[in-house]
Amino acid sequence: MIPAAFEYIRADSADAALAALAEHGDEAKLLAGGHSLIPLMRFRLARPEVIVDVGRADDLKYIRDDGDRLAIGALTRHRDVETSDLVKAEAPLLAAATSHVGDPQVRHRGTIGGSVAHGDPASDIPSVLLAFGATLVAQGPGGEREIAVDDFFQGFLETSLADDEILTEIRLPKAAGAGWSFQKFNRRAQDWAIVGVSALVHNGTAGIGLVNMDSTPVRAAAAEAAVASGASPADAAEAAAEGCEPPADLNASVEYRQHLARVLTRRALEEATA
Amino acid sequence: MEISVKINGEEHRQEVEPRTLLVHFLRDQIGLTGTNIGCDTSSCGACTVHVNGESVKSCTMFAVQADGEEVLTIEGLASNGELHPMQESFRQCHALQCGYCTPGMVMASVSLLKENPNPTEAEVREGLEGNLCRCTGYHNIVKAVMEVAK
Repeated sequence: MIPAAFEYIRADSADAALAALAEHGDEAKLLAGGHSLIPLMRFRLARPEVIVDVGRADDLKYIRDDGDRLAIGALTRHRDVETSDLVKAEAPLLAAATSHVGDPQVRHRGTIGGSVAHGDPASDIPSVLLAFGATLVAQGPGGEREIAVDDFFQGFLETSLADDEILTEIRLPKAAGAGWSFQKFNRRAQDWAIVGVSALVHNGTAGIGLVNMDSTPVRAAAAEAAVASGASPADAAEAAAEGCEPPADLNASVEYRQHLARVLTRRALEEATA
Repeated sequence: MEISVKINGEEHRQEVEPRTLLVHFLRDQIGLTGTNIGCDTSSCGACTVHVNGESVKSCTMFAVQADGEEVLTIEGLASNGELHPMQESFRQCHALQCGYCTPGMVMASVSLLKENPNPTEAEVREGLEGNLCRCTGYHNIVKAVMEVAK
């Protein structure tokens, strides 16, 4: 399967990417590691006129200790996140979840920013960012702006990034002492999660992000509220699917996904509070 | 556009369409047909090659993304007529039947041991999750990798 023809522009920095986007606007798609975009292009589900390849923008590849938070450049590869001692120490939930993204070959090319900007509800990493209450940084012609993760995912494969903006950084509050768990249920090792759960628990509050439970990555808000009001993991998990509209597909019906969300959230909360 | 890629130690300068996938570039333009195309959906790993020493699925990368990089394919693994230890181990352990997944399996296994020279059996199985084999049942593949790690 061969993608439709496109014009190829290489942008070796964030500024070069912004200049290319300013010129080509909504005809252009950014190519980072390509592991979300290229499969779509091969099926011709995506046919961008212009590809802006930011894969060599080394100014967006870093993992920094930034005081009370971690700052991760959008083009940092999954492999580098997964193996980073800093991430393992300060955000072990992110390191663990990243080690479940795709397979080693995918993690050698795919990037954290590419995965997040794709806005796929079935991706693992957005659930982690929800659990952390992460902040995303976008650069556009008017400069830089911060976007709370709760405002970022707008619809199926849609984010609040404008056509002329690029995601540059992911900021996570440090969580060295917090309890955490990542649960992923799938039928085959490398598959997308049928349902997944990221949980981060500290000081009696929980951040719980769900994978593949709605048309966007979503929180288990009712379960979070139950934890905050003192419910046990088992009781809080009963509310995990509340308010979610999960998809039905070959692997799972709506009801089965709701069931999985409750079971996996219970396991996640139990592990995170053990 | 023109790209320059070092493939199995040899510099290749070629004109490619931007939409050309790395696997098609390797097979159709360079003539290295050892790298197989299996699923075409980034799942099966038959097309695994190394880019700058790391395993990647060459069906999920444009050739233009490999411009200036070093690519190693199954053809470049043996040296001076001697099989690479991983190839030899696959042979000794009978880690293949039809052989279709084998180039990708071998390339993924070499990359795996580079990153984790002393894996447990479970780590080998997990490390090869990106490669599907439809006939051996994986057992002898894992055995072959463990033999090399010894």
